[in-house]
Formats: sequence, C-alpha cells, structure tokens
Amino acid sequence: MTRKDIPRSGGNAVEVRGLVKHFGETKALDGVDLDVREGTVLGVLGPNGAGKTTLVRCLSTLIRPDAGTARVAGCDVVRQPRQLRRIIGLTGQYASVDEKLSGRENLYMIGRLLDLSRKDARQRADEMLERFSLTEAAKRPAMTYSGGMRRRLDLAASMIGRPAVLYLDEPTTGLDPRTRNEVWEEVQRMVGEGTTVLLTTQYMEEAEQLAHELTVIDRGRVIAGGRVDELKAKVGGRTLQVRPADPADLHRLAGEVTRAGLDGIAGATADVAEGVVNVPIVSDEQLTAVVGLLGERGFALAGISTHLPSLDEVFLAVTGQKTSAPGGEQDIRTDEFQEVAA
Amino acid sequence: MSAATVSAPTAAPAHEGRIGLRANLRHIGALARRNMLQIKQDPESMFDALLMPVVFILLFTFVFGGSIAGKGHEKEYVNYLVPGLMAMMGMQIAMAVGTGINDDFKKGVMDRFRTMPIARSSVLIAKIVVEVGRMLIATTILLGMGFAIGLTVSTSVLHLLAAVALAMVFGASLMWIFILLGLSLQTAQAVQGVAMIVLLPLQFGSSIFAPTSNMPGWLEGFTKYNPLSNLADAARHLINGGPVAHSVWMTLAWAAGITLVTAPLAVAKFRNKT
Repeated sequence: MTRKDIPRSGGNAVEVRGLVKHFGETKALDGVDLDVREGTVLGVLGPNGAGKTTLVRCLSTLIRPDAGTARVAGCDVVRQPRQLRRIIGLTGQYASVDEKLSGRENLYMIGRLLDLSRKDARQRADEMLERFSLTEAAKRPAMTYSGGMRRRLDLAASMIGRPAVLYLDEPTTGLDPRTRNEVWEEVQRMVGEGTTVLLTTQYMEEAEQLAHELTVIDRGRVIAGGRVDELKAKVGGRTLQVRPADPADLHRLAGEVTRAGLDGIAGATADVAEGVVNVPIVSDEQLTAVVGLLGERGFALAGISTHLPSLDEVFLAVTGQKTSAPGGEQDIRTDEFQEVAA
Repeated sequence: MSAATVSAPTAAPAHEGRIGLRANLRHIGALARRNMLQIKQDPESMFDALLMPVVFILLFTFVFGGSIAGKGHEKEYVNYLVPGLMAMMGMQIAMAVGTGINDDFKKGVMDRFRTMPIARSSVLIAKIVVEVGRMLIATTILLGMGFAIGLTVSTSVLHLLAAVALAMVFGASLMWIFILLGLSLQTAQAVQGVAMIVLLPLQFGSSIFAPTSNMPGWLEGFTKYNPLSNLADAARHLINGGPVAHSVWMTLAWAAGITLVTAPLAVAKFRNKT
C-alpha cells in the first residue's frame, strides 16, 4: 500500500464546527466537527445516508446549514459564498459536465466562466485533456464517454481553476476496478501538487489508498476519526489469503507461517472449508516476508490475495454496531480481493 | 502551499467576490454558447421553432380563414392572423424553456454552475438569450410564410421591426414565468401539463385568431386585459396601421410587470434549489 507522509505545513484548509442540517425529520447532519489540514486528504467514510453528500453540499454552498459554522480557506460558507466559490472544486457522484457538449467544449466553457481569456481557456482545456488522457476523445460529446472517461472529464473540469480545496464526493462509486485505479492516480497527483482534498467514500480501501486522515460518520454524526493507520490498528489490518495448490498442505502451511516468527505476525489460521490460510498483516513488509517464506519452503500455491476490512468491520470495531445504512445490506462491501503477483 | 494554489488564474484579488458587469456578460456569453452547442448537437430541438410557424399559418389561414373572414377573403385574414401568431410564437417557445430548464436541472452540470464564482442569474439569462434567438428565427419564418401567402405591410419596415421587437420583449418576460414553473415542478411532463392549461385560454381567449367583438361580453372583458391580446393588437396596428400607443404601452407594462415579479422569484428558486 502507499505510504503517505502528512505534510507538516500550516493550518486547516477546512474547519467544520457543529454543522447541522435537517431535512424535515431526517437529521442529515447532526453536529459534525472536522478539520482538513492544508495539503492533506481527509477521507469521510460512512454508509449510504450517513450525511456525506449533505456535508459536501454544505461546504460547496449548494445548501445552507441550519446551524454550526464551516470555513474553507478562511471563508465562511454562509457569509462569504462568493469568495468561497473561487477556492473550491467539486466532483460529485454524478458527473457534472454537459453531456451534449464535447470534452473540449465543456472545459473551455468552464475556463471562460472562470474569467480566462479565450486563448487561455482554449490552452488550459487542451492542457487538461492531455493530462487526463482525453485528447483523442476531445471532440466527441461527453454522452459518448465511458464512465471512467466522464469521471476524468469531471475531475479535469474541477481542476481548471486550480482549486485550493477539492471535494470528491464518492468519486469512484459505480466504476470498475481499473477505472477506479485511474481516478485514484489522478487524485494522488493532485494532492502531490498541493491540493487539499475532502473525499467521501463508502470504501475502506479507497480511504486507505488516498486519505491521510479519516473521519467516520454515521447518521449525521462523527463516530470515529484519526490517522488511517490508527484506525486500521483499531480495526485490524489486512488479511493475506494463501491458497495452496494441494489442500492437504493447509495445516502444514499455517503452522510454518506461525512458527517462522516473522516480525509482527501473530498467527496464521487454516480455513479448510475455503481451502485457504488467513494471515493477518499490517504492513507491506510483512506481506513480502510471508510470500518469501512460502517460496523458500517450496509450497506450491494456487492463489494469493489480500483482503481489507470492510466498512462493516470498521463500523463494528469503532461502534460495536453494524452500519445503519438504510436497507441494511447495501452495496457497501469493500472486501474485494486484490490479486498479488505470487 | 496556500499562496501558490490559491492564486489560480481565477482567484483574482479577493475583492469581496463581487462579479463585475463585464465578467457577468462574459459568463452569460459562455453559457449562451453552451445552449447553442446543445442545439447544434441535437438539431431536432429546433423543429418546433422551424415548423410551428409554417403549420400554424397554413392551418389557421386555410381552415379558419374562410369562416372568419369569409370565403375568398383568406388573404385579408392573413394580415389579421400573422401579427396574432407573432404573439403566439413567443408563448409557445417560452413554454419550451420551462420544460428545458426542468430537464437541465436534473443533470449534475447545474451543481457545477452553482459552485462556480458566477452570478447565478447568468445561467437563466443565457437560456433566455438563446431562446429569444429561437423566437426570432420562428418569427422570421412566420413573416416569410406570411409574405408568401399575401401578407402586406401598410406602414413601414421600421414599424414591422418594432412589432417584432415588441414580441421579443414580451416573449422574454414570459420565459421567466416558465423558468419559475420549470424550477418549481418536479417533472418536465408536469411543466408541460400546467403550461397547456394556462396557455390555451390565454391564446384562444384573445384577439390572436379572431376579433373579440363577436365574443360574449364577459369574455370580451377578459380578452381586453389578456396581454396576448394587447401584444397581438399592438403588432397588428404596427403592421396594418392604426392607433398603437395604448396596446404598445399595455404590452410593455405587462412585460415589465411579469419580469419584475417572476425574475427575482426564479433566480431565488434557482439559488435555493437543493
């Protein structure tokens, strides 16, 4: 996994205190406090209906909070909305580009709305198309784009004005794994260039990939927060699953890994029903060590994968409760397997 | 990092974030361009503006003209009808604005506009600018068809242009009503439904198609205050000659009144739409 050093510099780009927004009986936000430090990524993790989108809409001046304060780069969201709009970029769950316009026309329009001259707007549009690998599709209407291309165009549109603070509201929901990785790479690049990001997601894996710090919200309230590794330590790290070619090797393999006394590895368990050995790990070094050991001992392997705690497991760990997502068993599984080259 | 990133090309000195007139016009231009590109991408959306005047003028002249003006007098009816249809074109195109804006709002791009440092009214004004252009095209076709089947201008070209301009001003004011409707109702179908209910009595309870003198007294009273009658009469007198002052002023007063009431409501609705 990527290691992210938290930039040491400066104060908070986003400060939210006691933010409340009710829609009739529904308490979408019920007193949320959070900070995003300049140049970092804060992941806001929560199930559907937790209030993530309402939070982003308040912070981007689309809706007025009922109570509490929120400041972005020093601008109050209620009292200084116009200044604030010069600072922020927003990429929502649904691509906010004009589908009938081509990619280039969309970006040119955004440039003009941001007061670039015709020439600069054209130049900046081409620059962004190039950067987001959309040059070939530049002249096609956005409605002909694939989901990933649309999301990239959306990100490009958000980046035209070089926003200091970027909100990403579930940026990869509905994308396939490959496209999701593309979006992640872009986000990491923007952060590398100094953009502060507030990211909402339902996926633990996404939070882990992108965020320096995490805030877990549920039913409009913050229920946990902290650095990603702190939260992970609380929840437990990843699980490495090893599938021996011969199921008869299961117990011997588990025994060897446990006895090897690799740094920080407490124990491996054999899951006979699934035909795999589960090894809890917390670092890439441990992953390498286990794989090295298995190679050394000459085990024939049929598969190897790592598995992140799901949002459900995170919730279970921090609250002792299942997620309160409306409808219960919604699509909040994050325990997709990442294939690791064996 | 703040200094480097905040000083984007956009972030001119943070002078209270007010949007100057020139910037505002530039934004309206960029957004109007978007609306025009949408039409280019979807040429079928121009069908109404292109075909409606042709269908209406032929239908009303040859189906009703004989009955209203007497058989063989259809050509005389053309001079009565065309100025009336100029008023009707505005109404029809304005209705399309309502359904269009309702549709547009379902797309995420409105959220982007509303999080950008532009006056929120500029999105709506840009739409009106382009729709007035569509209205102008429809009116030009209407007049072209009119001339082809016998329309004559007994005043001057300037009077004719004044009539067209008056229709545009009034049409633009109507668009605010339909924008408000489009932003208030849930679906485009509902907008269309409500619009039809309002439109039909206004169109037919007016002097657009037939002189009001043969209508029952209560209806004649209604038509007198119906802004479409005022506009139709104003255009008629501008083209055919006659006293124009009253009907022109009435039309302008209606246009100003409608705009002053509905434009701020529409912009507020747009601002607060969640």
